[in-house]
Amino acid sequence: MAQQSYISLKNISKQYPGVQALAGVDLDFLEGEVHAIVGENGAGKSTLIKIITGAIQADSGTLEIAGSTFTSYSPHDALFDLGIAAIYQEFNLVTSLTIADNIYLGKEIQQGPLLDYHQMNQASQEILARLGFSLDPGAVISDLSVAEQQIVEIAKALSHDVRLLIMDEPTAPLTPAEVSRLFELIAALKKEGVTIIYISHRLEEALSIADRITVLRDGHLIQTLRAEETNRRELISLMVGRKLGQEYPHRDNDHGEVLLEVNELTTSRVKDISFALHTGEILGIAGLVGSGRTEIARALFGIDPVLSGEVIVHGKKASICSPSEAMKLNIGLVPEDRKRSGILGKMSLRDNITFSIASRLASWFLIDRQVEDRIIGEYMDKLSIKASGKDQLVQYLSGGNQQKVVLSKLLASDCDILIFDEPTRGVDVGAKQEIYYLLDELARSGKGILMISSDLPELVSMADRIMVMNTGKIRGFIEKAEARQDLILDLASHEGR
Amino acid sequence: MVEKESQETMNKGKFNLSVTASSLRSYAISLVFLLLMVVFSLASPVFFRAENLFNVTRQVAMLGISAVGMTFVILAGGIDLSVGSLLSLVSVVCAKLMVEVGLCPTLAVTLTLVMCCGVGILNAFFINEINIPPLITTLGTMTILRGTSYVLSTGRHVWGFPDSFRFIGQGYLGPFPVPVIIMALIFLFGWIYLGRTPFGRWTYGIGNNEEATRLSGINIKKMKYLLYMLSSLMTGIAGIILLSRMSSGQPKVGTGYELEVVTAVVLGGVSIFGGEGKLLGVLFGVLIIGVLENGMILLNVSDYYQQIILGFVLLAAVGFDNKVSGRLKRNQ
Repeated sequence: MAQQSYISLKNISKQYPGVQALAGVDLDFLEGEVHAIVGENGAGKSTLIKIITGAIQADSGTLEIAGSTFTSYSPHDALFDLGIAAIYQEFNLVTSLTIADNIYLGKEIQQGPLLDYHQMNQASQEILARLGFSLDPGAVISDLSVAEQQIVEIAKALSHDVRLLIMDEPTAPLTPAEVSRLFELIAALKKEGVTIIYISHRLEEALSIADRITVLRDGHLIQTLRAEETNRRELISLMVGRKLGQEYPHRDNDHGEVLLEVNELTTSRVKDISFALHTGEILGIAGLVGSGRTEIARALFGIDPVLSGEVIVHGKKASICSPSEAMKLNIGLVPEDRKRSGILGKMSLRDNITFSIASRLASWFLIDRQVEDRIIGEYMDKLSIKASGKDQLVQYLSGGNQQKVVLSKLLASDCDILIFDEPTRGVDVGAKQEIYYLLDELARSGKGILMISSDLPELVSMADRIMVMNTGKIRGFIEKAEARQDLILDLASHEGR
Repeated sequence: MVEKESQETMNKGKFNLSVTASSLRSYAISLVFLLLMVVFSLASPVFFRAENLFNVTRQVAMLGISAVGMTFVILAGGIDLSVGSLLSLVSVVCAKLMVEVGLCPTLAVTLTLVMCCGVGILNAFFINEINIPPLITTLGTMTILRGTSYVLSTGRHVWGFPDSFRFIGQGYLGPFPVPVIIMALIFLFGWIYLGRTPFGRWTYGIGNNEEATRLSGINIKKMKYLLYMLSSLMTGIAGIILLSRMSSGQPKVGTGYELEVVTAVVLGGVSIFGGEGKLLGVLFGVLIIGVLENGMILLNVSDYYQQIILGFVLLAAVGFDNKVSGRLKRNQ
């Protein structure tokens, strides 16, 4: 079937001070095509989306849409006249309003001066039904699951006559079952002739859902490939621009003594958690979102109160009521949500890296700048943090480098029980690999590591043992030798007892 | 010069944008200050004389001292509205300790400052342990302290201090008025605190991202006790200077003082949401208020108009700042 292109980018360039975000990109998106765009952070993906949705203007180049040529248009025109909508990772929903209110936000149906709730509800229900979902249009957004909220976002986009739908990391918050449902939905939209631009860090997904995949690197279009004619390794090497060595380090460690022992730990979110962590060990924790894996970390780190059970650190029974107490016991955490609870964005690299240990660097309350500089330099080298200098604000770093700063902050505090919650989420392929090697090195140096991750391939490759969580309880331990993704998924998604 | 500087930083790339924004912020505020100096010097022959300039700094010494404490609190994402009422309570309590209890000034001052620390601890207690937002907590203690001050004084003035007490508010060391020296020392302390100590870094951290700060193992509650205590303590010092200058303890002093202090801090480029700002800017903020008031008095502008103008200066300075740093942010 010869497809017509819905939108064609011609020689699009965009420059920011000091950075060429996009350099002469030519790209066609065909009608009814799912087109994935992949690339490392900073490759130009977001800039490209912003130009297509009209949020920003290209410095040069044109966009051809349905026969007309534009140099720029407003986001309003893009949505209302050109049928271009985008769904971002962070939803744009008013959480205190209902589904129908949100779908018709800004284009409310009125009867005289009053809102016509009946008609809006009915129309919303029709759109949702078209998507194959039966949600109550009167339900309040904050009562919905993340997956349902995403459906509402899609419904909101479809309430306009959308011809091009951009999805930015749509599967990040979803469970595997929800992901396959989303994929069915994408297939249905495609049949209706909607063009879909699909942005994802998860290459497996791009390969399975997309018709074509475009690789961007440093603002340049590297190549557009047909999904069935390429594979993960090829995509990675195109994204990184070099052959990547062994993605995961080879792990064969001897475990030493017990560092941390947890007996029948119970909080309001997890029940009867028992395990031991040894020196030199990487203990993986798998489970779906909400299964209680993060809550184990929160309990051990003194964020959530422990209701019963005991925690034994270095052979001594410990009661941990706050993060500062946890850190005194040499327990450290890299939190799941980097932006919300990891980085201090408006502060410098310097302030961030030595943040936890500032008091240790101080004599007579004054921080010793020389010692501090040395430590910061050490970590910037060791983790190869790319920044303009020690005083650069962390909010301007790429996701991978921000994560390295958070890791440095933890490592500087010299804890020996390290909890990593999603250590590689939203991180480039290259930086991911560096983090894997770092974790391995830490384990070799005798630390004990708890690694919580949704990325099953990484868990299977990195962890010496995997503890699988499901509805707040441990459903089983899987040794490295037997670790397979389907085995983990089976334990993790098995409903109740 | 500003333009050239910013041009240069722009050329270095996007990583320096924030630096540009924050240095522009300090530039903007110091430029406003210089502009005012020039205008008033041209308009009034008396303005630029040394004794008048000392006068200006002595006028703003109390404001400046409280502003340092307020800067700490605002940087950490809080606010302290109780400082105006505390000024009044300090004035009454310290006066009564000297006049009615008959304590020597040193002891009376020490006890009063201890009381101030208590007030700070009380503020932090409600914020930390009962989880009441700082705005409401300090709104509550503001009312309580004002009431206490009236109850203690039964609304009357308290006077008749030992002569030695005058030194703090009215004395000179060499050519320098004592209040100005105290203010300078407090600013020096604040500058070191914010720039060189772990506490300063954690203060910025709390305002920047409280959750991340807590998860970095910092004891946030302890920090808040410290911050609100410092704010109250500094206002205590300001109150004692005020008492010494007025030679009588009065419950009605300090009405609206808290907002004047907040104005100086915000004028100095400190973000009201916390996490961003420099103490040097606050010094300029304080001086601008002083110069503006002094200059307008010299020019016989009525008190009512002074308020209108001060309000416009605040909006203009912060508005300029938002536009400039806003534009830089959009350009990222």
